[in-house]
Amino acid sequence: MPSYTAETARALVRGHQVHRDVYVSDEVYRLEMRHVFRNAWVFVGHDSQTPNKGDYFTTQVGDQPVIQVRHSDNEIYVLYNRCPHKGTKIAIDRQGNTGKFFRCPYHAWSFKTNGCLLAIPLKKGYEGTGLSETENGQGMKAVGAVHNHRGFVFARLAETGISFEEFFGDSLSSLDNMIDRAPAGRMEVAGPPLRYMHQCNWKMLVENQTDTCHPMVAHESSAGTAVKLWVEMGNPEPRPPAMQIIAPFMSSYDFFENIGIRTWPNGHGHTGVKGSIHADYEAIPGYFDAMKDAYGEARAKAILDENRHNTVYFPNIMVKAPLGQLRNFIPLGANKTLVESYVYRPVGAPDELTTRSHLYNRMINAPTSIVGHDDLEMYERAQEGLMSDGLEWVDLHRLYEEGEDFSVEAVDNGTTERQMRNQFDAWAKFMQDTPGPAEAAE
Amino acid sequence: MSTPTRDDLIDFIYAEARMLDDGRFEDWLALWMPEGHYWMPLEWQQKDPHSASSYLYEDNFMLRLRVERLSAERTFSQKPKSRCNHVIQRPFVDEYDPDANRYITHTSMHYVETRLDEQQLLALTARHELTLVDGALRIANKRVDLLNCDAAFGNIQLLP
Repeated sequence: MPSYTAETARALVRGHQVHRDVYVSDEVYRLEMRHVFRNAWVFVGHDSQTPNKGDYFTTQVGDQPVIQVRHSDNEIYVLYNRCPHKGTKIAIDRQGNTGKFFRCPYHAWSFKTNGCLLAIPLKKGYEGTGLSETENGQGMKAVGAVHNHRGFVFARLAETGISFEEFFGDSLSSLDNMIDRAPAGRMEVAGPPLRYMHQCNWKMLVENQTDTCHPMVAHESSAGTAVKLWVEMGNPEPRPPAMQIIAPFMSSYDFFENIGIRTWPNGHGHTGVKGSIHADYEAIPGYFDAMKDAYGEARAKAILDENRHNTVYFPNIMVKAPLGQLRNFIPLGANKTLVESYVYRPVGAPDELTTRSHLYNRMINAPTSIVGHDDLEMYERAQEGLMSDGLEWVDLHRLYEEGEDFSVEAVDNGTTERQMRNQFDAWAKFMQDTPGPAEAAE
Repeated sequence: MSTPTRDDLIDFIYAEARMLDDGRFEDWLALWMPEGHYWMPLEWQQKDPHSASSYLYEDNFMLRLRVERLSAERTFSQKPKSRCNHVIQRPFVDEYDPDANRYITHTSMHYVETRLDEQQLLALTARHELTLVDGALRIANKRVDLLNCDAAFGNIQLLP
């Protein structure tokens, strides 16, 4: 296997094709963790997971263990989950409340909840040793930058680089639509995420979110069988929520071509520009009235008429605005990905909305989900098949046009692989040794 | 039978496990009351299936779909097929109420599922709510709690 650098790794992306090493090489994986996940803005968690001062939640940004914590100033901080002394993880439970400070369980070094060093036992042993002049002497290190967008917390590991606003740009319209669907204009996490382990590269999962040529094929076993069963039962109406959810997976190529795909700069994009497989769910009593009271009829209607399917936020999350869902594709290795699928409760909406989102989540995103079984089988077969030396390149030609410009927003045929090419364009863009120039002070 | 004995309840739990191990899924479906739910919570000691996600909360249609899918022509995740094995402890009869026609058992088990080179072991408890219909026991509801419900799993394709 060749020895890669950020520069040579960029050559693995050619627009209409990518080299299989972007999925299978441990070296390329380390480079993308070191550069792409360092220079991009990566999802951390929701601030309702840490509602009170001292509340914390542990997760990863790329392969970096971090703690999201609410400090005494009520702001969310994201700290590397490591004691500056010996490296011990400060918190290993998924969530909890640490009070006014973190205390390392090994030697009792303690830190304020913004990471600053609070105290070290027998401190005089460090007098004149130079510890206080080192980075380790300052406390738990914080990530480069944190941004809380209406409850959704993102981090950039690099100290300098692209700003949050420039990185996401107009793509925030999908996240905003999801949040706007709450009459109170905010969401709250609705229980723990479903956690589903995949023996494949994280990018396969992200690409699949805007792959509209697979549902009617890979999901014929689940959605196709559901439709067949329903016909055998005599097509009874009204269809229960489970059928409303699963049947549209069998929509035709025509349907998916027509709903369109939009791409934004920096690797973001979504399916379902004009309608989506989520557009025909039954209305939930009381919901529209609550929306109307909050926003007025015209605005409420505009919010609910936007039925985007999957929005990919580069590098590694997908948001399903009509269902209040977010899936976090956490890379654990070149061939290992943990998927955490969250449901958020739209504050001020009837509980039935959240019930439907949980139904969707377990039907589609659980390790016990028949739709999930279909997908995982394809990813893991691909991960194994890519070890073949017969062909070295993975194809992304579908509706490819020479000289595609990903620096501008575009809307295209809904079966294009343009969004996948857009992700790889961003991947190459952020695969840089040095981040961009420092952003202006906010 | 007009009233099941405690042994009848216990034998029923063993027979159900054997049906699943033998892959007799149509027979297994016939054990269910039409309104019954198969619930596998996501959270430890989860209170209800609606306020948080679950692994399963399958009604009769979803159970039938699951069974149909296992043998459908283009079910690629079942080529080759998975197999399972239940090792169960003698069930406790937690509630024995012939007057209400309601019987509840609590069963610890080790569930093994395998396909190709992979095999996984799940420790779990199953709570069965049983009822007697036309002289035969039926599953009114079933709840399965995984000991490691908070762990991340790969595919679990068959049913404990």
